[in-house]
Amino acid sequence: MRILYDKLIFDLSKKGRIGYQYKPKNLASVELPQHLMRAKKAELPEVTEFDVVRHYTNVSQKNFGVETGFYPLGSCTMKYNPKINEELATLSGFSQIHPLQPEETIQGLLQIYYETQEMLAEVSGLKAYSLNPFAGAHGELAGLMIIKAYHEKRNDLKRTKIIVPDSAHGTNPASATVSGFDVVEIKSNIDGTVNIDALKEVLSDEIAGLMLTNPNTAGVFEKDIVEIADLVHGAGGLLYYDGANLNALLGKAKPGEMGFDITHINLHKTFSTPHGGGGPGSGPVGVTAELVEFLPNPMVVKEGDRYTFKKPEDTIGQLGTFYGNTSVYIRAYVYLRTLGKEHLSKVGPLAVLNANYIKESLKDVYELPLQGHAMHEFVFDGLKDKSTGVKTLDIAKRLLDYGYHAPTIYFPLIFPQAMMIEPTEVESKDTLDDFIQIMRQVAEEAISQPDIVKTAPHHTIVRRLDEVKAVRQPILKYKDLQTK
Amino acid sequence: MQKYLPHTEQEIKAMLERIQASSLDDLFSAIPKSLQLKQSYQIPEAMDDLTLTNHMHKLAQKNKELIIFRGAGSYDHYTPSAVKALLSRQEFLTSYTPYQPEVAQGTLQYIFEYQSMVCELTQMVVSNASMYDGSTATAEAMFMAHSETRKDHILVSATMHPKTIEVIQTYARYRQLTVVIVPEKNGVTDLAFVKENHSDKMGLIVQNPNYYGIVEDFTGVADMIHEHRGLFIINQEGQSLALVKSAGEWGADIATGELQSLGLPMAFGGAYIGYLATKHQLVRKMPGRICGVTEDVDGRRAFVLTLQAREQHIRRAKANSNICSNQSLNALAVTIYLSLVGKEGFVELAEESMRGAHYLYNELIKTKKFTPVYEQPFFNEFVLKANFDLERFNEELLNDGILGPLVLDGQKALFAVTEKRSQKEIDQLVEKVVAFK
Repeated sequence: MRILYDKLIFDLSKKGRIGYQYKPKNLASVELPQHLMRAKKAELPEVTEFDVVRHYTNVSQKNFGVETGFYPLGSCTMKYNPKINEELATLSGFSQIHPLQPEETIQGLLQIYYETQEMLAEVSGLKAYSLNPFAGAHGELAGLMIIKAYHEKRNDLKRTKIIVPDSAHGTNPASATVSGFDVVEIKSNIDGTVNIDALKEVLSDEIAGLMLTNPNTAGVFEKDIVEIADLVHGAGGLLYYDGANLNALLGKAKPGEMGFDITHINLHKTFSTPHGGGGPGSGPVGVTAELVEFLPNPMVVKEGDRYTFKKPEDTIGQLGTFYGNTSVYIRAYVYLRTLGKEHLSKVGPLAVLNANYIKESLKDVYELPLQGHAMHEFVFDGLKDKSTGVKTLDIAKRLLDYGYHAPTIYFPLIFPQAMMIEPTEVESKDTLDDFIQIMRQVAEEAISQPDIVKTAPHHTIVRRLDEVKAVRQPILKYKDLQTK
Repeated sequence: MQKYLPHTEQEIKAMLERIQASSLDDLFSAIPKSLQLKQSYQIPEAMDDLTLTNHMHKLAQKNKELIIFRGAGSYDHYTPSAVKALLSRQEFLTSYTPYQPEVAQGTLQYIFEYQSMVCELTQMVVSNASMYDGSTATAEAMFMAHSETRKDHILVSATMHPKTIEVIQTYARYRQLTVVIVPEKNGVTDLAFVKENHSDKMGLIVQNPNYYGIVEDFTGVADMIHEHRGLFIINQEGQSLALVKSAGEWGADIATGELQSLGLPMAFGGAYIGYLATKHQLVRKMPGRICGVTEDVDGRRAFVLTLQAREQHIRRAKANSNICSNQSLNALAVTIYLSLVGKEGFVELAEESMRGAHYLYNELIKTKKFTPVYEQPFFNEFVLKANFDLERFNEELLNDGILGPLVLDGQKALFAVTEKRSQKEIDQLVEKVVAFK
């Protein structure tokens, strides 16, 4: 169904309309000195509450959400976002609390902070967490700052380089640069795993650490992780774990026991908090006992029955005005308490089962570059039969026509026609079977009527976009649109 | 079974057969045995829905909901109900970053509307799709200045929120940049110091209204900073943008700050939303996502993430920022809030905050227990000096369900008043001051 609604909120504006009800107090009016005042009012829309509600309801219907349909987006872990999380995280006893209230009036929130970090520490095999980082990339930034602070404290000032495999997410090298490191990129093996020889070649007393995603972005577990950790540690570096793919390991293994010193965890992936169209997420950063005092300020500790803020002795410093995305980590807390020790450990195995089930069911028609069991996600390198010229992009767009979100495409960069599929544990066999059937149908169409696939999507509210035009003639706000 | 885990035993068996695996454990043969967990997690057992609901309500009750006269970066404002209701729509709440624009026009459209509104508020030319919070947005503005000027030192006014300064310092330190603090003079940025020291700096960052609530005068500052090609960066809180001269009007290069005031609850400090807007010339230095307009193959108007060559997933180690996820859903909250209050209401509510604050200021002076500290214009926060024990006073207020002012240097009190405070609540606070022994 193509929705025809295409108005912007500004198009609805009629002078004099309002969408709120507030009775002003009878107080003397005050004004700023003229030269400190703004000259003219911001041109905001003038609309009624109902205008706003209907507008954004219509706008929302132009979106695909997790509740709309299957979202097999690799490395993004698009789980169901439970309703109980929403209800309980938004209780007024959490949402109506000022961040600078005295500690005796925020014991419940501090307890949630503390217990969440304790559970994350247990699940990942580390000593302590800070929930302050606002997102995964922010957690990476915190982790890299900790690496730097650690070496500086030891007066080991030559360590200016971070090793990042070429299969890593773009945030890894970017975070390293932003935290003042030089990035040494090493070529991966064909399966995206670390090439031990390449690693040995770059290890030196200038290496501060190695960033690794495990399982990697091709869905492959680093089987040599212990050797890698020994090599990096032996050279004096630290090991950073990008928790983007932690879901695979729930119930099976802990990064801390593999030799990782620092991790970040994306609560909006592994711990079921909503993606929100691109945030707010939450990216707690965790460390070994040796690194606890470097955590961002403040941390929450328990003293007797009381929870209290504490400034870590060698803290990397403040990473935000307050204490991270509280409303997000409360949701993760509710999720952890819902699954508990009985169910949390089932998540990894079932997520891995789902991924392998899709992989095995489609590998006769899609090119499977890596054999053997995958972890929670896997990569197809486009169609097996590429004779009609149908590319991964085309398949992704055709899936939209059938009511599925596309997989992650053209990532990891090591496979030219990469199509990364991650079903997560929440999808039923029926959903997977339907998806498999549609994937086969698209593969069949790619041969029998390739033009339909190459010009897809056909049934979405807009079709393929001219992205070049958007860059060449940037229209970035309503006023630009009017003066176009 | 568990409510989020759908497979029956039979289904698991059938799936394993398809995979040709003998068991779920079999799927993990790539993980060395020595690394595989030997025991279950040492975390609490699962709670059923009723138990968990009770547990969370109890935790919520361990936090005290108060009548708030404190700001300092988080403000207790009135938010119309439609904001929360619309935010809970799953199409907004559960969707991913709009990388598949054909099925994410909803997200892209509201980002475009958000950018349009931020540009209106700040009088700048281009806004991104949001940042984590006001302080990190300001630190990223410093990165822009560094990238643009290739200089390593930046001036930061001492009158900014101390936590914002700390965040800037954290970001600066690791990137080998140096923060030079501009001293404060009678509660405002010492512009004489700026004049003396700016020529070799990448720019100046100020906050307006500043940490003390004072509306600063930046006459001539933009020209001065531009003389040596530095950037002028103004951090300004959301509601004040209705009344206080905006970054664009001051001739600043980057407008940044916190928008929590506009539709988001205090929520113990997060999740909030930072904004960042700038001039046309700096758009390619901008961090984060930007949404633009284009057409589809049928010539239909459509929205799409654009100018992505700046971003980490393309530029990797050469990117100027590592930001990926931002605070998208909160950008929607701000957009809906600003639509509801609209052009006139945005100003009216800000005036109410300002009037309430000035009323409280005058009434407190009348008690003779407070004296002015700075004789400067202010918006909705102000500092007074108390001639009594502020900490003990605040404790007493707490017993009456009131969060009093933030205490600065022992004797100074930083008050905040928003439109949400009734006259009765303000009068009650004044009475408490009068009665305090």
